[in-house]
Amino acid sequence: MITVDLAETSVRDLNQRLHKLPKDTNERAWRVVNPKGAHALVAGLDAPIEVTIDGHPGYYCAGMNKEATVIVNGHCGVGLAENMMSGEVRVKGNASDAAGATGRGGLLVVEGDAGLRCGISMKGIDIVVAGSVGHMSAFMAQTGSLVVCGDVGSSFGDSIYEARLYVQGKVESLGADCIEKKMTPHHLAKLEKLLKRAGIEADARRFRRYGSARRLYNFHVDNVDAY
Amino acid sequence: MSAPIPVRTPPRRSATFDEHSIAEIQRAAATGIYDIRGAGTKRKLPHFDDLLFLGASVSRYPLEGYREKCATDVVLGTRFAKKPLHLKTPVTIAGMSFGALSGQAKEALGRGATAMGTSTTTGDGGMTPEERESSKTLVYQLLPSRYGMNPDDLRKADAVEIVVGQGAKPGGGGMLLGQKISARVAAMRNLPQGIDQRSACRHPDWTGPDDLTIKIQEIREITDWEKPIYVKVGATRPYFDIALAVKSGADVVVLDGMQGGTAATQEVFIEHVGIPILAAIRPAVQALQDLDMHRKVQLIVSGGIRNGADVAKALALGADAVAIGTAALVALGDNDPKLETEYQALGSTAGCYDDWHEGRDPAGITTQDPELAARLDPVKAGRRLANYLAVLTMEAQIIARACGKSHLHNLEPDDLVALTVESAAMARVPLAGTSWIPGAI
Ligand SMILES: Cc1cc2nc3c(=O)[nH]c(=O)nc-3n(C[C@H](O)[C@H](O)[C@H](O)COP(=O)(O)O)c2cc1C
Repeated sequence: MITVDLAETSVRDLNQRLHKLPKDTNERAWRVVNPKGAHALVAGLDAPIEVTIDGHPGYYCAGMNKEATVIVNGHCGVGLAENMMSGEVRVKGNASDAAGATGRGGLLVVEGDAGLRCGISMKGIDIVVAGSVGHMSAFMAQTGSLVVCGDVGSSFGDSIYEARLYVQGKVESLGADCIEKKMTPHHLAKLEKLLKRAGIEADARRFRRYGSARRLYNFHVDNVDAY
Repeated sequence: MSAPIPVRTPPRRSATFDEHSIAEIQRAAATGIYDIRGAGTKRKLPHFDDLLFLGASVSRYPLEGYREKCATDVVLGTRFAKKPLHLKTPVTIAGMSFGALSGQAKEALGRGATAMGTSTTTGDGGMTPEERESSKTLVYQLLPSRYGMNPDDLRKADAVEIVVGQGAKPGGGGMLLGQKISARVAAMRNLPQGIDQRSACRHPDWTGPDDLTIKIQEIREITDWEKPIYVKVGATRPYFDIALAVKSGADVVVLDGMQGGTAATQEVFIEHVGIPILAAIRPAVQALQDLDMHRKVQLIVSGGIRNGADVAKALALGADAVAIGTAALVALGDNDPKLETEYQALGSTAGCYDDWHEGRDPAGITTQDPELAARLDPVKAGRRLANYLAVLTMEAQIIARACGKSHLHNLEPDDLVALTVESAAMARVPLAGTSWIPGAI
């Protein structure tokens, strides 16, 4: 385990060092201490390493992550794991707004709550939130799955495309073109698998499923109120 | 015999309810949908044509037209990036997406730009391998939709352009109608095929200049501070937008006026939102000067650039470079009179064709139809673009030499006068033959 103390090393030096690691590196286990809200921490990783952060990172922690596993023992700022491609990001605390935004792959687990716009514009990522998420989550969500074990704020899944949304708690309101859908055995099995992969204990049968009514896919004047 | 006195007044057209307005009311009533089209505003606006160069005289000394050196190179991204871009001409190719344009058109843009030593730009659809390969210098756009965004392409790019807005539709998102969402375009955007695709108007993970500062920092971290980072805005409040982009840490700012082209936008948006580029350059330059950043953060302007005079005027007003969209497409072969029969079949005519959103472009440029796209030969079209870029550059040089400048960047507002009171006020140069700059204090 290599420990990097951000009280002594800059984020720039740390990120540069991690970016330079070859895919087959032996230096696979890293620990970062004293993040103190630093932004863009471990952003742009591109190797199958594991980084544990002790403390609270700022914006865009693990942004555009590829292959790496990032574990945060703390709370995260805005844009956690934004545009993640693959790998896994796990936050033991809460995540701020736009967690997992535009993510294209991999798994994001938030063990606490996530803020506004969780999973906004998601494009293939799987997101599991053990707590609740805020307003406008899964806005324009394209593909991938968002699982919320707690409650969801207003305008959930507004202008959604093909992403799959699962909620155990209450949904304050659904956004345009987002509807509740039948939980088929196929979806139940997928959800169970995803909860297991995320290591979150919950009974999949207690979740409801939401998705696109696909009514806004091609413009029609009679739907004008919904645009 | 005197002519009979008419008993009725002859039919009179209304200036308010003119032919176009009436046709639009009728069309709207019949269809229930606003008009969507490509290209830029079609109304007459104060533009570069309203400015003139003074040229040398007794008090100014010109350079010899063909022999004396007049440099045209420009370096972009000198503020923070480890690897700034060195371009041979200050005319760059603006961002236009694969999706809006065919793969062949994107390749042709890359070829033409590369032949002339300038850059081309991706668009709202990600980077294709073909365009990366054909473009020596490629700017990668980070747009609100983030279609196709990935860190590998980010690292392959030579610069990154964060798109806040576009001159044709400041405050609006993108649009690509279902007929242009082919299987490949759909896959690149992670969307189902054939649906209308509305891209967001706001970035998903930042709001406001403080967040933008941090977003830029993230992109720099991911690319190890190598690549210049541009911020592109549509011309609305240029003084403040440029100042905030600089404050946010941009290396280069791109300012797109309301004449700027688009692939598909509502007509009402194209014609009624934003300000002409002529009115936007001086406030932008003022912002850079006030922050002591003029020429340190480079300014690229676009929107209706057609010829070398436009280029020279934009630079004289303080820009470091320009970008072209529509004109580049025309150089590739868009609106070619040779295709007149086909334009007529589409209800248009050469010179007016703007239904770029429909995907039926007979020139093979704004389409995803494989048969139509195959009509465009990327090599020949690239050559035409290179020719055109060479002419733009030479024309700008001719003017600069006439003004006694050994570099295009030495052109200055003092070299210009305005033909109209409006353009004098907007460009902050005197009305021709006077020393009057309306609004100057
Ligand atoms: C077909 C087409 C597609 C465009 N796509 C994009 C885009 O994806 N992203 C963007 O920032 N601007 C886009 N633009 C705007 C151009 O980047 C540029 O701002 C504009 O074309 C400049 O004005 P001009 O067309 O008068 O030269 C597009 C323009 C056209 C004509």
